[in-house]
Amino acid sequence: MDPELATTIAFYVFALLAIAGSVGVVANKNPVASAMCLVATFVAVAGLYLTLSATFLAAVQILVYAGAIMVLFLFVIMLLNLSHETFEGISVRRTMGGAIAFAFIFISIGLLWGTGPKPGEAMSVRPGTGLEIGRTFLKDYVFPFEMASLLLLVAMIGAIVLARRPKLVGGDR
Amino acid sequence: MEGLIQTIVLAPFVSVALLFLLRRQLPKSAAAVIGCGAVLVPFLCTVAAFFQFDGTPVTATLTQWMTGSVLNVPLAFRLDQLSLTWTLVVTGIGFLIHVYSVGYMHEDPSFVRFFTYLNLFVGSMLCLVLGDSMVLLFLGWEGVGLCSYLLIGFWFDEEENAKAGQKAFVVNRIGDLGFLVAMVLVFKQFGTLNIADVNAMAAAQAATLDPTLVTSIALALFVGCCGKSAQLPLYTWLPDAMAGPTPVSALIHAATMVTAGIYLVARMSIFFAMSPTASTVVAVVGCATALFAATIGLRQRDIKKVLAYSTVSQLGYMFLALGIGAYTAGVFHVITHAFFKALLFLGAGSVIHALHHEQDAMRMGGLKKYLPITHKTFLIGSLALAGIAPFAGFFSKDKILGAALYSHGLPQLLGVFGLITALMTAFYTFRLYALVFHGEERFGHGAHGHADHGAHADAGHGHGAHDHAKPHESPLTMTFPLMVLAVLAVLGGALSLPHFAHFDMLGKFLEPIFAPAYAVLGAPHEHSVAQELGAMLVSLVLAVGGAWYGFSKFSEGPGKQAEHSTKGLPFLLENKWFVDEIYNVLVVGPMRALSHLAGFFDRLVVDGLVNGVAGMVRSAGGWIRMMQNGALHTYALLFILGAAYLAIVLL
Amino acid sequence: MSVFHYYVVAAILFSIGAGGFLLRRNLLVMFMSVELMLNAANLCLVAASSSFDLARGSSFALVSIAVAAAEVGVGLAIIIAWFRLRPSVDAGDLQELRG
Repeated sequence: MDPELATTIAFYVFALLAIAGSVGVVANKNPVASAMCLVATFVAVAGLYLTLSATFLAAVQILVYAGAIMVLFLFVIMLLNLSHETFEGISVRRTMGGAIAFAFIFISIGLLWGTGPKPGEAMSVRPGTGLEIGRTFLKDYVFPFEMASLLLLVAMIGAIVLARRPKLVGGDR
Repeated sequence: MEGLIQTIVLAPFVSVALLFLLRRQLPKSAAAVIGCGAVLVPFLCTVAAFFQFDGTPVTATLTQWMTGSVLNVPLAFRLDQLSLTWTLVVTGIGFLIHVYSVGYMHEDPSFVRFFTYLNLFVGSMLCLVLGDSMVLLFLGWEGVGLCSYLLIGFWFDEEENAKAGQKAFVVNRIGDLGFLVAMVLVFKQFGTLNIADVNAMAAAQAATLDPTLVTSIALALFVGCCGKSAQLPLYTWLPDAMAGPTPVSALIHAATMVTAGIYLVARMSIFFAMSPTASTVVAVVGCATALFAATIGLRQRDIKKVLAYSTVSQLGYMFLALGIGAYTAGVFHVITHAFFKALLFLGAGSVIHALHHEQDAMRMGGLKKYLPITHKTFLIGSLALAGIAPFAGFFSKDKILGAALYSHGLPQLLGVFGLITALMTAFYTFRLYALVFHGEERFGHGAHGHADHGAHADAGHGHGAHDHAKPHESPLTMTFPLMVLAVLAVLGGALSLPHFAHFDMLGKFLEPIFAPAYAVLGAPHEHSVAQELGAMLVSLVLAVGGAWYGFSKFSEGPGKQAEHSTKGLPFLLENKWFVDEIYNVLVVGPMRALSHLAGFFDRLVVDGLVNGVAGMVRSAGGWIRMMQNGALHTYALLFILGAAYLAIVLL
Repeated sequence: MSVFHYYVVAAILFSIGAGGFLLRRNLLVMFMSVELMLNAANLCLVAASSSFDLARGSSFALVSIAVAAAEVGVGLAIIIAWFRLRPSVDAGDLQELRG
């Protein structure tokens, strides 16, 4: 099969999957089902990365999002025992929110149309492989890279402190 | 060499940090060792630097302090002949006074705090002396002012002391303004604040510089000096500064800080040399201060006040010397004065210590047999202050008077006034000496109800029980510095003997510093041997006469002066010509009225405006706060709307 | 495929995320919506990166993923802490910051 055609097909498949998944996240009443839809979305976005030949990022996306983050979500859902379905009433404000979100799609696409690249414009095939990303980080952006790791450390400590039992927080003084 | 300079400056500050951080943990002995060590180390470094010094100034840069497009101030310290001389005096005498303080303050509960301040002072003074730019000099200048304030008000639980500290600070601030103005003028003209560069440029452009500007710079500098070195009309803080502990008076208000003004004039001597007007002002103010303070000194009762007024008077001499172009003589007098005045103050401290904080000379007398070492050293100090050969003060004072008397016009007249001052100095010095050490014993009977001076006895020293015990000689930590200073007060004159002796170490050493100034003024006048001997003879006769008269009149006791006089000149003198009262009426009163007015305006108009704006904001906030209803969704909605709006507007 | 298509997909994903955040009251689902928006932004970055032939966009996306991970960790910890205080994950109950 023509690689160009294969890429196109893959793009549409993944794009539709991502959109369907995200709709599922928002529309499901059961948080566990939402989480599952979110996994699908993440995988689909990873696929989109692959069509852009960003292989390294696709791998990271699967590992971090679909792996770590989703596990954390599910873990919390289970921990808090939230799998029961919740009914959320419809209010004026929520209707308005939905309308705005819907309008947002068109606003952003309209803006893209006006100022962004045109649909026909050709695309390069080098979005940054793992090698290039590594070079960028360790040559030009060493400091932000280190800051990101520091941020993760801080977040880790913060999460531990926050999720600790309140009794312990009071008890260590 | 650079390392030595850095050590000199940094050691006191390191000690300050140590003492401050460990103030609760350190025992007194450890604090004393750290405090004294932090001055001994710089002293030894200075001595080492002195022997390594080959005549070319050395600059040690620690780091960049301020960096800008027009103003660059490095944290750099410059050692040349003048700063080396001063550093030697500051660290050497500073060390002796630190040692003395160990004995003097050993029962004070705030012992560690005292040494912290004292070290901070030494550090600031070294920064002042060694700083290579006017900014650093100013930093040190303010630093010593701050320490002076802290140390005058050291026993701040008494309101008098706290007020004296404030007075010193405020009066100094008037002078500091002058210094700042001078700094701005210098920067505007020369585009740098590096002292060596400024001096070099001023000397190079001597012919083309605007004379008005030079005079303005010199006079503005001198205003600063008047504040710091207690010259007319800003001298009033110095006698009040005697409220501080006596070692402070010796270190700050006699030997080192008050000479900062002399240092500044000597440092920037080229400006004064180029401006005859400014030089004349300096000379006249100096001479007037010398005479004026000497008259007040004649009738003071408080042992420290007499010394304080004599300090003001001697500082006046130094400015007189600088004003008539006898720069070396002025610096020489600074050095000898540091020796003998520190000695006198420490001796007075020893007396005060022995009498449990009695300071009124009328209540002393006959201490000769109780305090033998203090007596001998105090006598040496008095002889030096009175200007009797061969003690140190004689040579330096004679240099100044000789230079004044053998010039023409106004300086000659000033020299005559200087001679009169010398007579009075000798008189009051020996009046004090006689009142304290000779005559009948007037201490001990019911004296301790005296509220003014006796009150620290309990605050600082806890032995009220031996009030009536006989006075005893001070411990070795106090007498040792006295003895060293006494030796210096005897031999100090050898630094710069009269011309005919062909032995002028100090003059030769300082020559490069004052060469540019003398290039403008013309070489200093050489006097013939006969002229020099004549001047020496006259001043010696006057000094001996004054001293003899003062001693013989008061060796039996204060006589009529035991009572406060109520009329005539003595009344005026005893009350210091009422200068403080006049200042209160003329300056402090109107200032206070003005500040009340300003306060009224501030409350009504400025605060009204501010409160009005605040009220508007508050009511607006009351409305807007409705939006913050705590519901996450409202925030999210507003946020997204805002983002959409921004996207539309920006793209 | 042109970069425009990717942008459109990103815009749709973002809008659905924003809509979910506004519509839902379950804190966890709102949180998932935030993740959707982040993913959309990352997609934009990577697409831009390939259109400009630079590795910077991808690097930025990588940092963004790290930040998202940190954010999820802390956010979920906050939800747990909140849940202990009051057993509810309804954002409507969160009104303590009312001014």
